Parts: sequence; C-alpha cells; structure tokens
Amino acid sequence: MARRAAIVAVAQTSFERDKWYQRMQGMAWEVVKPMIDSTGLDFSEERGIGQVVTTSDDIFDARTISDNAMTDVIGAHYRCEEKVSQDGAQAVYYALASVLSGHQDLVMVVGHCKESQAKSRNMVTHLVFDPFFTRPVGLDHLAAEGIQARAYMDASGVSAEQLAQLVVRSRKNAQLNPSIKDLPEVNVEQVLQSPMLADPIRELMTYPVSDGAIGLIIAAEERVPEITDKPVWISGVGNCMDSFFLGERDLVGCFQLGKAAQKAYSMAGVSDPLSQVDLFEISDRHAYMLPQWAEGLGLCPQGAAAWLAAGGPDALNVNLSGGLLAGQPMILGGLARVAECTLQLRGEAGQRQVADAKRAVAHGITGPAGQMQTVVVLEG
Amino acid sequence: MARNRNVGIIGIGQTKHSSHREDVNQPEMIHEAVRQALDDAGMTIDDVDCIVHGNMELFEMVFQPDMWHVIGDGSYGKPLLRLTTGGTTGATLVCAADNLVASGLHDVVLAIGFEKLQEGHTTGGITNMADPLWGRELQTGALTGMTADAVIEEFGEERAKNAAMKHRVIMDKHAMRNPNAHRRFNFSEEMIPAMVENVPPLVGELRIVHMCSQSDGACAMIFANEEITKARCDNPAWMVDHITVHREETFNLFGNVEEATTMRYAAEKLFGRNGITNPVEQIDVFEMYDPSSWWGLDWMREFLLLEGDEHLKMVENDEIDIDGKLPINPSGGVVATNPIGATAMLRAAEAAMQIRGMAGDHQVPKPVNLALASGFGGTLWTVLMLLSKNPPQLKEA
Repeated sequence: MARRAAIVAVAQTSFERDKWYQRMQGMAWEVVKPMIDSTGLDFSEERGIGQVVTTSDDIFDARTISDNAMTDVIGAHYRCEEKVSQDGAQAVYYALASVLSGHQDLVMVVGHCKESQAKSRNMVTHLVFDPFFTRPVGLDHLAAEGIQARAYMDASGVSAEQLAQLVVRSRKNAQLNPSIKDLPEVNVEQVLQSPMLADPIRELMTYPVSDGAIGLIIAAEERVPEITDKPVWISGVGNCMDSFFLGERDLVGCFQLGKAAQKAYSMAGVSDPLSQVDLFEISDRHAYMLPQWAEGLGLCPQGAAAWLAAGGPDALNVNLSGGLLAGQPMILGGLARVAECTLQLRGEAGQRQVADAKRAVAHGITGPAGQMQTVVVLEG
Repeated sequence: MARNRNVGIIGIGQTKHSSHREDVNQPEMIHEAVRQALDDAGMTIDDVDCIVHGNMELFEMVFQPDMWHVIGDGSYGKPLLRLTTGGTTGATLVCAADNLVASGLHDVVLAIGFEKLQEGHTTGGITNMADPLWGRELQTGALTGMTADAVIEEFGEERAKNAAMKHRVIMDKHAMRNPNAHRRFNFSEEMIPAMVENVPPLVGELRIVHMCSQSDGACAMIFANEEITKARCDNPAWMVDHITVHREETFNLFGNVEEATTMRYAAEKLFGRNGITNPVEQIDVFEMYDPSSWWGLDWMREFLLLEGDEHLKMVENDEIDIDGKLPINPSGGVVATNPIGATAMLRAAEAAMQIRGMAGDHQVPKPVNLALASGFGGTLWTVLMLLSKNPPQLKEA
C-alpha cells in the first residue's frame, strides 16, 4: 500500500426513537460542525476536505437522490459528494479507497437516517425482496431474520433465555453510552414476555426504531500530524456478499462474514483475533445476531452457547456501547460501530472505556439476514 | 490529480436499450452487460475481485437492489459497493472503480450501472427529489424549459430554435449508426424547419424530441491495474483523471446570484491540472450527458470553455458530427438512450470504445487519443472524466 489513512475526527448525534424536531439536514449539521470546529479543517480546494461520502437510503429518506438535499450542510457546494447506499461501514471502506488511491487527502463521511419517518420499517425492507418470487409471500428483513434466528438457535443451542440476557446486558451497557437516549433497562422476564414479532424474535430482542447521524473525517498519513495527536488507523477492511434467495443460503453459517473477516484480519496482520484485538463492535440488529456474528468473526471457536454461558461477550469486550441492539438506524449500524471503536481507541469512551485499547474490530451488515457483511480493523 | 496506480479499461458491455425490456428482469438485464464485458476482457467472473453497483432506488422501488442482483452481477462471495448519486450515478461508479483499483485494495473491478425505467414512474420519482416543504410544488421532474428561454433570449428565436433542433438531428444521425441506441428516428436536416414548428412542446420551447428518453438498459465496465491491463488487453483505454462538482439544491430562481456552472467549473479544473489549454483542438471525441438538446447545445460552451456564439457555430458548421472537428456523442447520446443509472457510465464506456477502436459503425474516422466524458445529475451536478489511449504519467500523492 502506497500510503496509510486514519480517522482524525468523529462526531455523532444522540440516537432517539423520533427526532421529530429535526430534519435530516439538521442532524447532519450537528455532526459536521463539531468535526470542522475541532480539526480546523475547511472545504478549500488546496488543503481542505476534497470529498464527502454520505451514507443514507432514498427509500428511508422518502426522497429520490436524497443526497441532493445534503449538499449545503456537508460542504459539497462546488465539491465532490458521493453516496454509499449501504451500511455505513461500506462508506468507510470507500473513503479509505479514495485516500489510498492518491486522489484525495481528506475525506469526510456523513451518515444519516430517520427511521421514524416510515410508518413501519418493514414497509421499507419488504422492498428489498424481488417482485416475482419473494415479495409476494410478504417477506421483509424481520420475517427473513426470524427464519434465520430459529435456524441459528436450533443449530447452535443458544436459548431464548440467553438471548434475553444479551438484551439485558445491551441495555445495561447503553446506560453508560451518552449517545443512547431513552432506552430503559429491562430484565429477562420482560424480554421473554414482550410481544412476538417474528418467531422467535420478540419486540425487545430487536433494535428499536432510531433516528440519528454520524460523521468521520479520514486523512492521508502525511496530513495526520497537523490535525490530531490521536489518529485511529484503518489497518484492515473486508466485505463480502452472500447469495439472495434464502433457500440458497446457509442461514446458520457465516460464509460471507468469514471471508470479509479473513480479508480484513490478514490486511491488518491479525492472525488470532482473540488475543490481538482489544474490543469488538458487532452489528446485532437482533439479539441472536451477536453470537452468530461472533462465530463468524472467530470469537467463539468452542460454540456460541458455551461462549455466552462463560461470559464471552464481557471477556472479549464485545459491544460495550450497547451495540446496534441499543438503537442506531439500521443503515448506520456499521458506521456507529466504527465511531465507537474510534472513541475507544482515542481514550474518549468515558465510563465504558477499555483500558489501554490498541486495536478494535468494527462490523457492519447490509441486507436481509446479514446477506452482506463488512469488517473494519482499527488501531490507535 | 495524484494517483498511486494506473487504471485501464479492458472490458465493456451494454445491453440493447429500449423503452420496454420485457424479455428480461433486472438481474437478467444486468447479466447481459456483465457477460459482454467479461467476454470483451477475456475473463471469467473469477478474475473479478470487486463489484460496484448503482441506480436510483425510487424509480423501480426496490430497496438496496444489489441484494437481489447478486444473482445476475456475479458478486456472490465477493466485495461489492453500491453508490448512488442520481443521474451522475454511472459516472460516480466509474470514479469509484478508478479509486478502488488505484488504491491497491482491488486489482480488477467490475462496475455496473442500470435502470429499468418502465418498472416505475420516472417523472414522479424525479419530482420526489425536491424538498417537500420548499420545492416540490414547483417541480416538473426533469422537464426544464428554462435553458431554452435563456438561449432564445441570448441568440434570438430563429437561430436558437434551429440550432437546438439541428443538434437533435445530428444526435439522431449518430444514433442511427448505433445498434444499441433506444430512439432512432432517421431524421434529416430538411425536416428541421417543420420540426421547429410542429413537434409538440413539453415545457415552453422544450419539445418532445428535444428531451431524452426513458429507457431500460445496463452498462458494465471492467477496470484493472496496469500490469493486468497490459497483460490482457491489446487496446485498453486508460483513466487519466476525474472530477465531481455538486452544487446546492436550490436553483438560482431569481438570477440574483452570480455563479459559474458546474460544467465550466469542472472543465477549468480538470483541464488545468491535465495540461489542456485548447480543448476543442486537444480532445478527439466528447461523450456528453445531454438530457435535452437545449442543454446539450448550451453546455458545449461551458464544457469546452467557449465564448459568445462559438458553440452555436460548431453545431451550425457540422463540427460536432461524427466526422467533424470535435465529434460529440457519436453514440447518439442521452437524447437517444437514457437508462438513468447506466446513462453516465455509457458516456465513459462509449468514450473508451472510441479510444479502443471498437465502436463499429459509429467509430470516429480519425485517431482517438484523448476522450472526454461527462455525467449530469442532481441539481445541475457534473462529473467529468478524461480517458486516454496511453497510460498517464503517475503522480504519487
């Protein structure tokens, strides 16, 4: 690789059920302003931010080319803006490519989404299915993930009680994460008695409807010293696509995540994630996804049920932020994980800080039942 | 622009474009273009190590269609990135593929742009682009008559209307040579006076034949690093540089803000950093995203850094014809063929085909060493790409 790239600024809004008081532009400005204030960077042609990579989705935004509405607040007037319409970890992947290519020295990533705008998230994710075979039977993310959850629990032996305990843990951790608003603690009984959404996924086992925005600035190595003394290097990236029809996929295995992780780990020189990584942020859209993706990331070689029983998530510092289960917009799941790892590696994670954190892994998913997965390795 | 690795274009595929590709669904349509691009590159999908994909979701109402399209685009088990920037999407995908290969993260990248506009409501979709509070009541989709008014005001009714219609007739002559083009009318110059009078208007002097079509179609391009390009392709085209220029959402409705167009702005920057001082002389072919013949006519002046009526003269004197001084859109351009997510990629693909000498009946009859391609989208956004027959001198960052 000809050059290296680091995250030199990070900002996020609070994450709430309904930011009725703010438009998406307002949320974006809330993350752009502190980043330019704290770094002193601008959008000038010679030395400024040369490219902005946004991440959002037209259907969630209910606007065609919704990035068209963002040009002003993200500083892209007479500048370059490109939108990654996938999980925000993919925007980090693309921003890294722009810097490594030599084309850009400074790239800003801004992700935003207001899930509260849709009457139901299922109305949006229903449309991911093809109009001929899978849409007519009424599939959406939740239904597909219910099928996956049942298959995974049967295969792994992970119990509903264990999943409920993960929800309890997520909400407990979230109390120490000031960006998570209005997410009360719950107990196992409440989780197991919450309404069934898509068997075996219950209401409290899935991430709540969420609004918010997240921003990062990624800089080429030679620009880093002038901006920050706490750079977070992007040392490995990988992503991989699985097939589409649920019947063609191994819903229990982690073929796509294994490939993505392998690529990211080898690029970062990680041969044993258990000993070489200080914390993991996993996109657990539902409780069952935490152990399933932990398997894919190589965190529980002895099997997930035993790993959970032995307190594996705490031992390996998995999702100390509360994870995606604590509520960020789905499309920002991976970007939120990158932002959390960045805070940890900068020593800015407050009461949830991992002592002496040097290396972190952030994980993002796109599509139904984790069809596509992204892994980012970060180093302080 | 600095670049750490050179990037060659070694595979190009496109579908037959039409108003109704009812014989194929979306992944099947994409597969046609991908198959052709792989065959052109002499590759199988196993040789591709990353895919970039894009279109406009609200046009077909498929959320994250890259999930479904895995069955036609070959991305199973591979990295994929999905980028969407409206009309510029296809050009953004070309820039992204260039970035991904130049970065060293990937060696062979397959870029895919597509649209199946018959499956949605395009003008409804575009109207939905405007701010729900400030602009949506005023939106007419992509049908913008303001440029016709401005050109008429500057050059007088007769000259302006004739030049715009002549531009349209030249584009149709080119489209008649391109078997993939969607609209092929067989217009002739003798028809211009009657067309100026009789073609039904859409908005003011923007008439129905001036406006681009709604098409179904896909385009695929394969980008590779320098080593692979040289080893596997005798006649590659090379990415020299690209620039993306957006502008704010609100149109300058009252004309009270002095500002450059994104077209001129992009051209000045791109030419400035690549030693192009006289674009009309130095560039051998220009594939321009011309959403209507009024915009095609007007933007020539901006892109080619012309002044006064030089652009009108180029049209009037047949200089943009396929055998003219600077052929513009030998493919027939966007007024002939417009599958939106593919449209801007088709500009780069057609420019690369001219460099590679593989454009068949619409090959420019002179050597093509340097080609320009543009993308248009959003609220007058521009992406401008420069391609060459020889690899550019590397300039490390």
